Amino acid sequence: MKTKILLAAATAGVMFAGSVLASTLDDVRARGKLNCIINTGLVGFAAPDDKGKWQGFDVDFCRAVAAATLGDADKVNYTTATGKTRFTKLAAGEGEILSRNTTWTFSRDVDLSQTFIGVNYYDGQGFMVPKALGVKSAKELDGASVCIQTGTTTELNLAEYFAGNGMKYNPVPIETNAEAQELYKAGRCDVYTTDASGLFATLYSFDNKADHMVLPEVVSKEPLGPVVRHGDDQWADIVSWVLRAMMAGEEKGITSKNVKELAAKDNKDKEINRLLGKDPLQGLSKLGLSPDWAVNVISQVGNYAETFEKHLYPLTIQRGMNALYKDGGLHYIPPIK
Amino acid sequence: MNFFANIWRNEKSREIIVQIFVLLCVGWFLSWLISNVDANFKALGKDLSFEFLFIPAGYDINQYLIEYNNRDSHLRAGIVGLLNTGLVAFFGIILATFLGITLGIIRLSKNWLASKIAYWYVEFTRNVPILLHILLWHGIIINTLPHPKKAINIGDVTFLSNRGFYIPKPLTEIGIELVYLFFVIAIIFSILFFKYAKKKQDLTGQQYPVIWINLMVLITLPMIGFFVSGMPITLEIPALKGFNFRGGMHMSPELAALTFALGIYTAAFIAEIVRAGILAIDKGQREAAESIGLKPSKVMNLVILPQARRVIIPPLTSQYLNLTKNSSLAIAIGYMDLVATLGGISLNQTGREMETMLIVMLIYLSVSLSISAFMNWYNNKVKLVGR
Repeated sequence: MKTKILLAAATAGVMFAGSVLASTLDDVRARGKLNCIINTGLVGFAAPDDKGKWQGFDVDFCRAVAAATLGDADKVNYTTATGKTRFTKLAAGEGEILSRNTTWTFSRDVDLSQTFIGVNYYDGQGFMVPKALGVKSAKELDGASVCIQTGTTTELNLAEYFAGNGMKYNPVPIETNAEAQELYKAGRCDVYTTDASGLFATLYSFDNKADHMVLPEVVSKEPLGPVVRHGDDQWADIVSWVLRAMMAGEEKGITSKNVKELAAKDNKDKEINRLLGKDPLQGLSKLGLSPDWAVNVISQVGNYAETFEKHLYPLTIQRGMNALYKDGGLHYIPPIK
Repeated sequence: MNFFANIWRNEKSREIIVQIFVLLCVGWFLSWLISNVDANFKALGKDLSFEFLFIPAGYDINQYLIEYNNRDSHLRAGIVGLLNTGLVAFFGIILATFLGITLGIIRLSKNWLASKIAYWYVEFTRNVPILLHILLWHGIIINTLPHPKKAINIGDVTFLSNRGFYIPKPLTEIGIELVYLFFVIAIIFSILFFKYAKKKQDLTGQQYPVIWINLMVLITLPMIGFFVSGMPITLEIPALKGFNFRGGMHMSPELAALTFALGIYTAAFIAEIVRAGILAIDKGQREAAESIGLKPSKVMNLVILPQARRVIIPPLTSQYLNLTKNSSLAIAIGYMDLVATLGGISLNQTGREMETMLIVMLIYLSVSLSISAFMNWYNNKVKLVGR
């Protein structure tokens, strides 16, 4: 009796586990929609617009993957996650991609059994203070109360930075960006810290932007990128090459406006031909994508520069490290051949 | 066939069969849950490991009752969080109990206004979710109190600001042992005097003002020790340095908000429990007590409440448990309790959600069971002894 129950339970468990092991691409195609895990609300990266539609840099990446795999950038279901719940949600299969300002670190990559497919935004942790405080450098923050958005690498960087500079501080950890902002505005903290991109996004939402400033120090390396689950290399390849296709688009001057035109003709630059499906790209069938995958991505979502300009320029974020290598930035993609 | 039918018809054996069946169902469900978790962990390439508890936590905690810095382990961070949970539960339970009992008694007062105020208090507070209470109190504290630079200054020693309340901290010097010694002597005297007075009253009916005499002894004896040994206590006065006050004792706005919210919310329930307990006592008890000339306060304290206690304690226990468990909402305002440290930042840094959640659940379970055990012990002590 007892063994029978255990057997039945084990079978049920294996069957459940089996569904996890099926090809992610097949799951997405069967559903006709991509499930994407995004931020609960960070202007510029993922925030609903006045029509309630999700907009932002991270949202655009979900749309790009949907365009490549399903041919339609609008076929995305969005699931929001806080910094704390995101990995659990990804592991539990609530989404095929985690596109939520996630810092690539060793433990997250290795210990949490997930795959970082690349960096789509080079960031670093910064500090925002009210100008009235009269602070010009993070080194003057000894004894300050610091509001932290938890669930990121932020707590560790902060602890290391203050300890490294022999300074004390009083941490006030808050779960979401919105609540942390309120506490900072109410004067509960002298300083608000999170990734610099998040600070600019937060500042953008303030009524009195001129009263606050972001300090010059960037105290950590925060390579942010999309994450997928371990174990499905085909899916990881698809997601990473969608990101590279967007960057290749910028590198080769392919934009949402001229992509159809370039795809129709024979270009001198054969890499454009291979990317846009004019010339065969060896191995593409192994990814299970149609030859016009990159055309769909760039025509429906745009190249890397286009989504950056659309969503992040309004926040006064500069390209900086996020320019392509040929413009003095860090984005350098493998050749498409 | 007849045999089985007989077993089923027999009440005793039928009970056993049903119980075995239920037990099997529960066992099957549990084993299914466990094997499912196991299978999914394997599929995800994860393992169940508690090694992370012993690596450095790396983050700082803003309130620690035991020494802690960011090089300490996740386990220690969890203990710091647990103590913070304990602290807020302790303050909350004290506040809720006093406020609840007072309100429950006022609610039954013959004074129309007082009773109505208590009534509206209960109705308002218990019908608003606890999370809103917490956010409200926190909002009130950080939005109405001034910035530390303009803190409300009470006699240059105590300061109120939106970063919390700062009071002087007593620092002990050499010679303090004498004060401790005198205090111990005072306690021993109080206990002996209490026993003596009780015995005397039982024998002769003569009463001493025990509380007042004991209070005086407890205060004056250590005071004498304090002056004799040359005043070995100095006060560390909080002072504004840089961004915040330093020195002194500090109560953060989060701890204050959480204590108020939990205490005030739970007090509404306790008030109702107390009222029910008092109403459960036959009115003949009150009339009898009044007829022998006891003052109203004596009627309440000597006749009504001791009997009402028996009705009050079991539901009061569950309110204490609720309060303790509700303190896990602390995370909403950044109070670093067990859920915020081990179940929050540690979880997030290590990604061990199953392990941390299991630990946190087990800890809450054992805390609740301890409170329950204590209250059961107390209940047994005061319950009616059957004769």
